[in-house]
Amino acid sequence: MKKSHTLALYADMDEAANAIRELKSSGVSGFRMEDVVVKSPIDHPELSELLGPRPVYIQWFTLLGVLLGPTTGLVLIASAQASFIYQIRGGRPVVPLPPDMVLTYELFILSGVLMTVLATFVAMKLPGNRSPLYNASVSADKIGILVKADPQSIPQINEILGRHKPLEIMGDQAR
Amino acid sequence: MSHSVPSRPQMDVQVERKFVPKQKDLGADVTWAKINKDVLRSLEKPRPVFWVIFFSALALFSFGVYCEVYQYQNGMGVSDLNNPQVWGLYIATFIFWIGMGHSGTLLSALLHIIHADWRKPIYRYSEAMTTFTLLTAALFVLVHMGRLWQFYYVVAYPNERWTWPNFTSPLVWDATAIGTYLTSSLLFLYMGMIPDLAICRDNARGARRALYRFLSMGWQGTDRQWANFKVAYMTMACFLMPLAVSVHSIVSTDFAVSQNPGWHVTSFPPYFVLGALYSGCSGIITLFIVLRYVFRFEAYMTQPILNKLIKMTFAIAMVWTYLDLIEYATTWYGSDEVAKADLVYRATGDYALQFWGMIFCAMVMPFTLLIRFVRHNYTTLLIISLILNVGMWLERFQIITPTFAKSHYPWTWTAGWWPSWVQWGIVAGSFGWFTMLFMLYCKIFPSVSMYEVKEMVHEQNMEEKAHATQVEVHEAGLLPEMKGGQA
Repeated sequence: MKKSHTLALYADMDEAANAIRELKSSGVSGFRMEDVVVKSPIDHPELSELLGPRPVYIQWFTLLGVLLGPTTGLVLIASAQASFIYQIRGGRPVVPLPPDMVLTYELFILSGVLMTVLATFVAMKLPGNRSPLYNASVSADKIGILVKADPQSIPQINEILGRHKPLEIMGDQAR
Repeated sequence: MSHSVPSRPQMDVQVERKFVPKQKDLGADVTWAKINKDVLRSLEKPRPVFWVIFFSALALFSFGVYCEVYQYQNGMGVSDLNNPQVWGLYIATFIFWIGMGHSGTLLSALLHIIHADWRKPIYRYSEAMTTFTLLTAALFVLVHMGRLWQFYYVVAYPNERWTWPNFTSPLVWDATAIGTYLTSSLLFLYMGMIPDLAICRDNARGARRALYRFLSMGWQGTDRQWANFKVAYMTMACFLMPLAVSVHSIVSTDFAVSQNPGWHVTSFPPYFVLGALYSGCSGIITLFIVLRYVFRFEAYMTQPILNKLIKMTFAIAMVWTYLDLIEYATTWYGSDEVAKADLVYRATGDYALQFWGMIFCAMVMPFTLLIRFVRHNYTTLLIISLILNVGMWLERFQIITPTFAKSHYPWTWTAGWWPSWVQWGIVAGSFGWFTMLFMLYCKIFPSVSMYEVKEMVHEQNMEEKAHATQVEVHEAGLLPEMKGGQA
């Protein structure tokens, strides 16, 4: 079934929190709490907590970066040094590990940062198109609650959202 | 009686002291909507002095370009660089700019990790300062090469005999570290700007709107985006902290692993890192005062924040002074006679004026920051912050020039060597280049982080609420007792 969207804008964080609480406990069918999205000008851990767990997987990509980067870097540097074994080293090792650690360390940081950024864009779904129900006031000073639900549940949801002094409730047609 | 109950007036005083609110970083009149309005206005209508600064910087930069073209057409001879004075002002200024760039990202990352909220109105321009100082420093690598058409020589790649650059050379480390730092700093700056770019997108028109729409990449401020953003930003801050320390430590190894007198010092890495932090902090103070006036940021760049910045600068200046004195003491009491002679030469020889100028500007002048008048008078503070950075530039000059002038071999001595006007012109041009880029950045992108200042306001409001509740609870508990006592 195609889903519909409704967006309620609040000026007060406490009212937005109450709206989420009521939505959660309402037992209205046709939507899941995972489909409720809060849009706000700043991060609101208080509201996120009400929405339930929103897992973040970026750190695993970071881990991958910090493991792969220095390993690949050290192998490349060492193989470049080893490929020219006829140079006069005066008894010193062809592949001197302690000084090579400096570049390995820099590559550890660089690959960690690059993988983190890459993973962040993937996780945040950026670049992407804004939802048609995006309202510019959520980047200024309002809090928006966006709910994706079955079209027949929308009136009930709007009623719940409307009980907590929203500034405006906007909705789209069933898509 | 020794165990008598304290009298009523004393108890009242204790209660009052317990609830004395600390000085707030932002005023009570700052609201979320006002933050957007003020910062967006800074992109449209700065004070007219903005254009004075911008065009002065452009003029200075143009003179630098003229000097560079002159050097390009006539050869490196016009810069008076020759053996053994092969680095001159170019590398001294390169180190100055690298150092200057040290503080922005490092302090932003450090203060973010320790949740020091006062960083929020000032970190954005500090990070931008880092980016543009690194770009300025990179110019000197090319300028110093002389043969600009062979710029690709600085890139690490093998030659036709498949011989790679020497990976154990500090110069290769340096290039890699600075490249990593520039990339990471730029990404850190950009990542932190995305929510603000979305605000700009929602309020701009025309070409600006297209630019912000492209750069904000469709940010909507959803809870999932914020959750990922916060983790990513903190992770990057954790990477940038050790990276920044490693970068300037590596710059110091350009000197410290050589055998030249005055350079072969164990304490060089921490000395360089602290020197970089010191000049960077002074630079942040300078730009704080300039931006505060030019872009009308009086409500965000406040005195309490400036006080914290000044305290930090003073503390860093003292640690740097200690490390500098340690370096001299190590040389003085060591057994390297050439290094000792080099130290005496610095203090009493041809470059004594620069040496004592450095001591005065960078070691003595920080003590003026202890004077309340200096901290509260922005013109005086601006001058002091510039003097501190002149001191740090002189420090870089006197690290390089005296050592090359009187090294191990007397037949290479070039006592009294002085850079030509071409070198001075290019150095002046670099200041124009930096100022021009920085001011342009502040005109196009928000130099105060809107969403983080909003967080600050939100937290301040929450604190006030909690404080009010605490007072209510306290009064509710205390009043009956007081009433009983009075009865």
